[in-house]
Parts: sequence; C-alpha cells; structure tokens
Amino acid sequence: MQLIPCPWCGPREEAEFHYGGQAHVAYPEDPSALTDEEWAQYVFFRENPSGPFAERWSHSAGCRRWFNAVRDTRTHDLLAVYRVGEPMPELGEKDQVAS
Amino acid sequence: MNLRKPTGGAIDRNTLLRFTFNGRALTGHPGDTLASALLANGVHEVGSSVKLGRPRGIVAAGSEDPTSLVQIEAPFPEPMLLATTVELYDGLEARGLAGQGRLASLPDPARYDAKHEHCDVLVVGAGPAGLVAALTAARSGARVVLVDEQNQAGGALLGVEEYLDDRPSAEWVADIVAELRSTPGVLVLERTTAFGMYQDGFVLALQKRTDHLGFAAPASVARQRVWRIRTKQTVLATGAHERPVVFADNDRPGIMLASAARTFLHRYGVLPGSRAVVFTTNDSAYCAAIDLAESGVDVPLIVDARPEAPARLATECAARGIEVRAGHVVTGTEGAGRVTDAHVAPLGDIKGRGVAGHPDTVVCDTVLVSGGWNPVVNLFSQARGKLRYDAVLGSFVQGEELSSVRVAGSATGELDLTSCVRQGREAGEAAAIATGFTPGGQVPLPVSDSRCTQRSGLVLWRVPGAEDASFVDLQRDSTVADVLRATGAGLRSLEHIKRYTTIGTAHDQGKTSGMIAAGIVAEALGVELADQRPTTFRPPYTSVSFAALAGRDRGELHDPVRVTAIHPWHVAHGALFEDVGQWKRPWYYPRPGEDLHAAVLRECRATRESVGLMDGSTLGKIDVQGSDAGKFLDMLYTNMMSTLKVGRIRYGVMCGVDGMVIDDGTVIRVGEERYLVTTTTGNAAKILDWMEEWLQTEWPHLDVHCTSVTEHWATIPLVGPKSRDVLAAVAPGLNVSNEAFEFMTWRDTVVAGIPARVCRISFSGELAYEINVTAWHGLAVWEALMAAGEQYGITPYGTETMHVLRAEKGYPIIGQETDATVTPQDLGMSWAVSKKKPDFIGKRSFARAENNRTDRKQLVGLLPVDPTVLLPEGSQIVETDRLPEPPVRMLGHVTSSYPSAALGRTFALALVRSGHERIGETLYVPVDDSLVPVTVTDSVLYDKEGARRDG
Amino acid sequence: MTSSVQPPGAHLPEHPDFLWENPEPKASYDVVVVGGGGHGLATAYYLAKVHGITNVAVLEKGWLAGGNMARNTTIIRSNYLWDESSGIYEHSLKLWEGLEEDLGYPILFDQRGVLNLAHSLQDVRDSVRRVNANRLNGIDAEWVDPAGVKEICPIVNVSQDVRYPVLGATYQPRAGIAKHDYVAWGYARAAHAMGVDLIQNCEVTGMETSGGRITAVETSRGRIAAGKVALCAAGHSSVLAKMVGLRLPLASHPLQALVSELLEPVHPTVVMSNAVHVYVSQAHKGELVMGAGIDSYNGYGQRGSFHIIEQQMSAALELFPIFARAHLLRTWAGIVDVSPDASPIVGLTPVGGLYLNCGWGTGGFKATPGVGDCFAHTIAHDKPHAFNEPFTLERFTTGALVDEHGAAAVAH
Repeated sequence: MQLIPCPWCGPREEAEFHYGGQAHVAYPEDPSALTDEEWAQYVFFRENPSGPFAERWSHSAGCRRWFNAVRDTRTHDLLAVYRVGEPMPELGEKDQVAS
Repeated sequence: MNLRKPTGGAIDRNTLLRFTFNGRALTGHPGDTLASALLANGVHEVGSSVKLGRPRGIVAAGSEDPTSLVQIEAPFPEPMLLATTVELYDGLEARGLAGQGRLASLPDPARYDAKHEHCDVLVVGAGPAGLVAALTAARSGARVVLVDEQNQAGGALLGVEEYLDDRPSAEWVADIVAELRSTPGVLVLERTTAFGMYQDGFVLALQKRTDHLGFAAPASVARQRVWRIRTKQTVLATGAHERPVVFADNDRPGIMLASAARTFLHRYGVLPGSRAVVFTTNDSAYCAAIDLAESGVDVPLIVDARPEAPARLATECAARGIEVRAGHVVTGTEGAGRVTDAHVAPLGDIKGRGVAGHPDTVVCDTVLVSGGWNPVVNLFSQARGKLRYDAVLGSFVQGEELSSVRVAGSATGELDLTSCVRQGREAGEAAAIATGFTPGGQVPLPVSDSRCTQRSGLVLWRVPGAEDASFVDLQRDSTVADVLRATGAGLRSLEHIKRYTTIGTAHDQGKTSGMIAAGIVAEALGVELADQRPTTFRPPYTSVSFAALAGRDRGELHDPVRVTAIHPWHVAHGALFEDVGQWKRPWYYPRPGEDLHAAVLRECRATRESVGLMDGSTLGKIDVQGSDAGKFLDMLYTNMMSTLKVGRIRYGVMCGVDGMVIDDGTVIRVGEERYLVTTTTGNAAKILDWMEEWLQTEWPHLDVHCTSVTEHWATIPLVGPKSRDVLAAVAPGLNVSNEAFEFMTWRDTVVAGIPARVCRISFSGELAYEINVTAWHGLAVWEALMAAGEQYGITPYGTETMHVLRAEKGYPIIGQETDATVTPQDLGMSWAVSKKKPDFIGKRSFARAENNRTDRKQLVGLLPVDPTVLLPEGSQIVETDRLPEPPVRMLGHVTSSYPSAALGRTFALALVRSGHERIGETLYVPVDDSLVPVTVTDSVLYDKEGARRDG
Repeated sequence: MTSSVQPPGAHLPEHPDFLWENPEPKASYDVVVVGGGGHGLATAYYLAKVHGITNVAVLEKGWLAGGNMARNTTIIRSNYLWDESSGIYEHSLKLWEGLEEDLGYPILFDQRGVLNLAHSLQDVRDSVRRVNANRLNGIDAEWVDPAGVKEICPIVNVSQDVRYPVLGATYQPRAGIAKHDYVAWGYARAAHAMGVDLIQNCEVTGMETSGGRITAVETSRGRIAAGKVALCAAGHSSVLAKMVGLRLPLASHPLQALVSELLEPVHPTVVMSNAVHVYVSQAHKGELVMGAGIDSYNGYGQRGSFHIIEQQMSAALELFPIFARAHLLRTWAGIVDVSPDASPIVGLTPVGGLYLNCGWGTGGFKATPGVGDCFAHTIAHDKPHAFNEPFTLERFTTGALVDEHGAAAVAH
C-alpha cells in the first residue's frame, strides 16, 4: 500500500484515495461541434504510458479533494503532486510525461 | 531412543510436555519445537514426499526447512506447518504429511486482528547484526521496531555455543534486548515474521501470539496479528540460510544441514543421531562436526569437496579423532526410513564432470551437509532492490543501494560475526541519520571465540551421480534429471525451468533449493549465473493463514451494515430485509402464513385502496448550494433544473458522458441558491463523487458546494388515497388540500410535533406525500403516522411493494430496468431530455450512430396472454412461437415481473428491440420448456391518465 | 481426484522431452506476432495449422508465456451475457474441449463447472437473465438455488445469516480450469513443429510503416521485416500501438492473484462472486488459487497493493469459512489491459497489415484458443472472423459497445 502525498493533507494511505485516470483531459468547449471520432476520443481514449503519467486522484476518505499527480506507472513512485489548476511541476529529464 | 543431552540448550527439562505424533505418545520440554522434540525421541522420518512417496525428514532447523511438513490435529486442525516452526505445547497432536494438508471441517474459533505501527527504523531480524542496528538506532532517539520470527532474540547465536567478549553470547543478547525494552519508543516483537515489503516503507509482519500456548491459549486474545508497519528506514538483518549440495539419494531422513544439527544441539540439547558423516564445501560445517563430536556423537569423517582442507580446523578435527578427506564428496547414501550409509569418493574434477575412483561406504545414521550460505534477500528483492550474483558465495546478494532499505549481517553474505555486528551498527547509524536523529553511545563490537571465520568455500551445486535420485527440491521431488530434461527440452529461462520441474514452488518457495537449481541450470546451459535473471521473490516470505489476513473483517464486520432510524420498528414487526448496497431495507412484512406474493398483494392493495407507508430514508440526499447551483445541475441532469421555482420539485435523469442513464431522482428547490437532490439508494455515494469530480476538476469556477445529507433525514413516503387524511391528522398546521399543496411542491411544516419537510411526490401514481424529518425523530413520526392511520388500516410496505406499485405505472428502477446500455430515450423519457439546453453531460453521445438506430431496446410493458402466468424476471424474449436451433435471436429481456392486485393479473416490464414500434405485437418468452405468449404494451399499465395522483 | 494409493502429486502428467528451439531471428517473416503469451502462441499455431502460414515469428520480450499467461487463475467459461461475447467465448470453449488432442499435450483441462454466486435480488435477476441468454445461445447454463450451490460445492457457506448471503448461483457445467503453462507450451511446441520461430528476449522497440502499411519491426535483436504484424501484447498494447501513432482506449492495471499451499481436495468446482469480490478454485496439485478485483490505478509494475489481498481474504472466508487456516503461499500480479466496456478489441487497424488483439482485461486466458483461431483468420484474410467482428476499435466511435461491465457476469 502506497503513501500518497495529498497536497492538502500530506501523506496518507492509498486506501483513502480514489483513482481518476489521466489528468488534463478537459471537457470539450462545445461537444456538439465535435465529430463522432473526436467525441469518442474524449469519452473513451486515454493515454496509458509505461512511465511517468499525469493522473487524477481524489482523497475520497479524507479531505475529498481532487488533485493531480505524476506517477511512474512502472514503479508506482509518485514523482509529483499538485493541486487542480496548478501547472504540472517541472520534472527531471527522465521523468518527462509522455503525451 | 533418547537423544536428549542431559544438559544444555534453552529448554526446561523439569517440565514434561506430552504430545502425539503419528499416533505415538511422546514427550518433550518447554523450549522445544515439534522438530527438536521428535529428534530427541529419535524420530527423523516426519512425512513422505508428494510425488514419489519417499520418506522425508528434517533438513533445517527453521522456517527454511523444505521437508518437515506436519498437520496439526489438536487443539485445532491446521495444515502444512513445519515441525521446525511449531513450538511444542502440552497435548499437541500432529501427524506427518505427504505434501498435502487437510483443512478443518469446522469454523475456526480463534480471533485474528491487525495493528498499525509507525516507526523511524524497522529492523528485521534480531540476530547479532539486527540487535546492534536496533540498539544503535534506539540510542539515537529514533522510534524503532525490531521484529524476529523466533520466540527469542539471538538469531544465529541461538544455534551455536560461542562466547562474545568472554561470556556466553546469550548474555550479550539479553543485555541488548533489555536495553531495547527499556528504551521509550522501541517495540520488540518476537514470533513476528516480516513477510511482505511494499512501497513507501510498508512492511507486513505476522505475529503468532498464542499458537505456542496450545490448549491454554486464551480465547479472548487474537491468535495471530498482522502488523502493518509504516517505516521510514528499514534494516534487513535477515541472516543467511545454509544450502546443501545435491547428491544421489540426498533425500533420506537423517540427512540434514550441518547448521541445523548444530542448532538442535545447542538450542535444544538434542543430538541428531549417533554417527554422523559431514559433507561440506566450506569451513562452517567443521564447527558442527567438532561440537557434535564433543557432545558424544561419533563423527568418523568430514568429507570436504575442496582440494585442501583448512589446516587449523583439520588439526582440531584430528585431535578429536575426526578424519578429514579433502577433495572428496558424498556420492550417494543407503537406507530405508533413515540413512544407514554414505558413499564417499574423490571428486576427480571439481567442476563436476565426474567422480573418480570407487566410492567408500561409511556406516552412519546422519549425514550433515553444507554447500555454503544463501543470504536471505527475499525482502530486499520484494522492495525491488536489484540482486547480483556473487560468484565467491555462490548466491544472489544485494546488488544496489536503496535509500530507505539497508542490509546488514549475514544477509549481505558476510559470515564473520564481528563484521556482521559492525554492519549492523553502521546500518543503524545510517538509518538514524536518515530519519533526522544523531547516533549516540556507540555499541562496542564484541569479540567472538568462533572457530569458523573463513568465508571462502567451494561453490558446488551437485555431485555427479544418479541424476534421477539427486533431489534438488525435496518437497517437490524434483531431481537433477528433471532440470536436465527441462534444459534439454529447449528451456532457457529459470522461470520456465521452475515451472517445468516445479522446483521452488512448494511450501518453502525454494529457500534452500532455488539457488542450487539456478546453478545447475547455468552449468547445463554453459552460461554464467551472473547473466541469469533470478526468479522473483514474492510475498509472503513464509506462509500466512488466510484468517490472519482477513483479521476482524469477517461476519458483521465484513462490510458495514447501514440501517435507518426506523429499523428497530421494522425488525419488531417482522420485516424481511433486502440488502441494497450496504443498507438493510425492509423487503416486505409478511403476516403469519404469508409468502412474498401474498404479503405484497396485500400491501399493494392496502396502499392503492387506502394508505400505506414505507421507510425511504435510504434514498441518497445531497444538499447543493451556491450561486451557480442551478447552472451546475443543468449540466448534470438531462432536463432543466435552473428554471425550477423555489418551493417546487422536479424529477430528473442523469447520464454518463456516454449518454447512458446512471441515476435518477427528484430535485427540490429549497431556495434561490439551494437545491436538495435525491439519488437512488445504491448510488448515493457515487453520485456525490460524480458531482465533486465535475465541480473540482472541470468547473472549479462555479460557486457550488455539495454535501451528503442522506443520514440527516428520515424519509417516509405516505401513499394512497387516504394519505391526505392521515397527514392532515398529524400535521394540523398544513393545508393539505390539492389546491394549497400541489403535486410536485414541498412545504416546511410540523408533523406529529416535529419540524418536517413534506414533498408531494409520488412513485406509485397514488396521492402521496414524502415526509422528511431529522433522523433523530424518524421513529417517533413513523409511529405517529401508524397511529393516525390505524382507522384506515394503514399498512407498512417494503421495497417489493414499492417495486410493484411503480412498475404498474411504468416507472423504471435504475439498475433493474437499466444496465449501463440504456438511454433516457430507451426508457421512453425523451420528455425528460432537454431540447433547449446547449449541453449537458451525455448529450453529445445521443447523436452517435448507435444511439440513432431504430431497433434499440426500449422499455415496454408485457402482458402474458394467460393473465395468471408470471414471467420470471430475467427471462429472454423471442419473436417466434417455436425456438430455432441456437443461437436464437433474442429481442430483449424481462426486467421486472409481478402479479398485480390493481390489474388483477400478472404483468411485466421489459427491454425489447424496437419495443415502442412493437406495441400490440405478440412475442414469446421461453420459460422452462415452453414459450409463453405475451402482448407488448405501453409501459404504463395503471391509471394511464393520472387520475389518482391528486386523490 | 487423488487415488488412495498414489501420493497426491503422482497423477500429474510428464512433459514432453522436447518443446522448442531458440532460433536467431530471420531478417524477414510473412507474419510477425508481437507477444509470446497464450494469445500470441495460439495465433501463430492457428496461422500455421489452419491457414498454412508458417513463415511466422513470435517475438517475446521476456520468456514465452511469462506475462499474464503465467499469472492468471486459469478459469475457463463461456457464460457471458451478450451474444457477441458468448459467441467468441463459446467458440473458445469448444476449442478447449478438443485442445489436448489437437496439441498432443496434456493441458489438464478439467470441466469441473463454475458457479457465479448471486448475493442480492438484483444479482439474482441479472443471473437468471444471463442463464436464459446463455441457453438460447446454445451454452450450458442453469440457475441453482442455495441448496443447489451447496450440493455442487459443499464448502460454500449458504447460511442466510451472513453479511451477504448466497441467494443462488448460475452454473455452467462445461466450464473449468486448465494448466496455464502447459497450454502455452502445447501451443508453442506445436507451432514450432510447424516451422514457427519462437524468439525470446526480443523486445519490439519500434515499427516501420510505408505508405500506410506496416513493413518491419525494430527489436532489441535487430530489425525484422514483416508482411504483417499482429499485436498480442495485453497490458503492453498501448505502448506498442503508440509506436505507429495509434491510440487505444485501454488502461493497464495490476491484477493480483495468489495460491495457498497444497491441500487435500475440498473444492470440486470454480466459485466466483462479483458482490464479495473473489474467485476460487483448487488446482490439480491441491493448492487453492484465488483472484480478486484489479487495483484501481494504471500500473505496469506487475505489483499490486496488499490491502487488495486482505480484502480478498475476508471475502473468501465469508464464502468458505473452512479456509481460515489455509495459508497464503505466494502472491503475484499481472498487467491487464482494460477497455471501457470490458470487452476485447480484435481486428484490423488504420495501418495496413497491422492487427490488434487486446483489451481482454481479466478474461484473456479463457479466450486463448478462440481468439487465436479468430485472430489468425483475421490476419490471414485481412478481414475479421465472424466471432471477432463486433470487437472493433470503431465501436467506441459508433457507440456499439459490448458492455460486459454492466452485465452481471463477473468480467474475468
């Protein structure tokens, strides 16, 4: 069980958190303007990298806030956490998030 | 045969423990393990092997033993324990196993629990290195946890009789333990095995708290406890396991590791036999030979595979009449239940190509083997530390530094005691510094009188010989021949060979066999071990009972039970309950002699004809506040919520982004900036999460706050034509007339003396009111309603009647009529999908090709042509009155089906392909072996014009 | 079961003396299968056997069948809800029934049946629905009440006085288990015998395309030209597809499983419970084999979190109180590629000559023969087989999902 450093509460047990998949996938400005393909990309398609991944977590059994994290999916190491609305922190060369 | 020495060892000879093994009554002493007690009684043969049925004995003295599997029969059956790890107690009944254990047929009466522990430094292993690491860290002020699988500290010192600083090593150990125990913030746990090492310093350890007490174990104390330790720094002082050398017929009872014999001698005062041949590739077995010889065991011969014996030790052996034959190996053994002879021959070529000369036969009842030492790197590997092959040791060792995990002592491959202790001290200091403490009071390094300090040995995996009788994995009956067959079959990966031969998959998980198998494979393939990837060490390090892992989360505590404020009344009035999520909801209230159908027909009839009430408190309730609340709800619901007037109520449907219905419920507008949203019982938490996700991650600029108020309110739907009269009786301040209190509006008032919010909504088509009061008063209001309704025969009803009443009106239940593939349009709810709103969640998906098919499955009613036939829910629907050969085209399925008091017949709801177009058609429902004809109808079957709504 | 005279492990079959060679990769193949797991090996086998395409290489970055094939709990069943799913899984089950003979390898396929337990009234409705659908699709299925559950598997606790009582179960008698390694080796051996090159320690690091068509793969052992490339890489599919710019609607998650030590036979069938999240069988040697739900987060680490195992244990003991003093011997994790509708993606891609087989989530093992056959057909004819036709990538655009998430069947 990992420790996840909630940016509001500090490190807490993984069991307190809810996973939210890829971060920075914005709801489209105007869904009706999208083609079916574009809409499908928004609804169903997400990055699935083996390596650093910017993703969303919610501290659901704690402060109930959503936040973003960069985690290496190979090691599960959390490389950074940041609050919603904040830019993704600068990471080292090897930890660049694939996109 | 009594092989117990008159003195020595950490056992209490003044107390006799009686136990039974394989039906034989035997005795031992406190301090014994089952294994040591068996050996003291001359019993070497414990069980038999899983595949070949060959006798199996005791090879090691601890948890790495590959063979001494026993079944405990009393006090309570437990399968597959090692005799070497079962502490002896009075009344123990056990038997040896043939590789398979037996589960008890009765439930385990014992309790189990778990405990969280946080520390700065966790030290695993209370041998010399671990003790000093722990003490060093403790003296710095760090919070320290020290765990050890044995019942006492000391580690390898327990199995030798050595002096440290001119006093028995046990005294040195006792002093350190005493200081640790008296240091605040230090926790020392015996009988506690760290079995799993996970991310971020999370270490799981199993403590056996009462196993050793046997029948005397108090029922109130958890038998085993899982420690969930979160540590900043870990020192692994896990020691090393001696490994054997493989030779022909190396599996006979009486053949054991040299260190094991030494442990049985010194810790338990037990001699392994009367005449022992020692076979070694390194120095350490010489100590065993000398110690045993001094204890009266006849040790005729040390067979040392190295070309030259160590001079000093050989001299010491000669002084004790022990012959040392260098450059020799044991090539085979004889014996039935126990070894009787060892064959010894010169090892012509130490690379193992062949044995020169004819073997000599030496009579013996014990063969002690040492092939070197394997550092215990299991936890280091679990912590994802890389391993590297050390060609001098012939084993895998720590291959990289980790920032929070340090290895010390013989777990590094170091075998010299002083060096081990120094490593422990350094690791303790480094761990303390890493956690912000300053080491103080350096622990002095003790001086050992051990004879065996030389570390280099010969790496020898096996002695050439009868390959099909040379056992690599004694428990799995896997031989050198099996390994060679595997490599001959084309297999190259150790993982493949492990699977082909099953080496390392048994109870011991290859603790003593894995390295040897890797070595034999490398030799067979002509590759370097350094280039081979070792098989992965997986948790748990030693086996852990299922019950210990389940802990307290069983029975009632398996998952929380949620009950409403009115629950005790339901229980007292004989309700049967339905599990809905974690909630217990009254299902129906049978009267004597009534089954489900009879009770539900009565409840339905009473409600439609007079008045009924139910406990709706489990419905999810979310308070949504803020200046953008309306805007927010407009995005979540398919229909418009911002236009709802204060004081009014609207039904709404929510979809996922894929356009499929996820929930429904009513929304009441409490104020200009405040709404109360209700959800289905099972989805309450999910919908709150859903709202929070959108608010926080997509629309943080919206001024909206959501909170769950589900448990604040007791909710009582009061339903039926007489509901107005009942409500009027208990709410004298409320004008209940249809004109003053319209459908889909709400009023704050006082009901039965309690402040209440009453909503005029209906899930049955009847005149109905939903009375909400604070949960605290729920039961009182319920009872007041029951009393006020008595003259009308007011009838409590449960979820089943609620389902029937709503189905008669064609109202869907989310999760019953829907299955994540159903749109609002499919449910016939296009009226609830806004055409005006530019967007809401799910809207874009309605335009996809699949959503615009005309043959989508749509919600309809089904009336069996025979009005007495009840369709089973979940029945499929077909088009023809005869079934073709499978696969049969199915048009849909029956989602709900009931006998109806109001309709005087049975009916059903169903999702049917092109359902709306098929109204009036006859379709067929296969039930058992027949096809039941049904007529497709509109989903609303009762009071289509809605005449009953206003009473 | 075990005879009283033989030791309990004695009845297990011996392996053949020869399995496969370890050739150097050739410069070019007609078909390169990426991923030497069960699906890749089966695909190569059917390419050779059914379609006569033998100039085939199976590239495996580690050791053959060392991914999910080595890590799954070996449950085989076809009692899925939707027609599309039951089509391909039943096709697979029928192939399982003749596979031992087909491969000439003892795969220990044992049709001991599977019980999918229902714990709520909605579970019951969903279960009956699935049973009826299965029957009309020609799949053996029945609904059994708690007493029937007890009869089939006497150790299940069917007391109504527990947190989530067993209200009944669906039963598929033809379902069962097989020995995963043997299945893989059987396919590998047979494919090799027909001329397929099995190349281990060969990681695909890139793909070459020309004119919208795949031409070669770059590997850790050099460039290999390919007429066609078939991806059978489960959890690694997204990473591979990205090499040609193809995005997949997949998330790779850890899925954990575990075994106990060897025990005398107590569990004659396979029991799965969606509601309390556990599935259990007793393997041939006697160990209890158990799995649970996936870990929630994306992960390629072949490692999950221990609280998942603890939850699984408490669930297991609710259903099987007699397991209390069984012991956990080994835990491990695989990487499962989960699609949005919990159904696979098998078929063509926008890149000519590149074929996709992924998204099986937790259901891949049971599909091995079926998808191997259908995928080989797809590759050979450049056109989907009828059984994998519904499982296109385009369905996520059109909305024609095959939503086994919403269906009652535990999606693994």
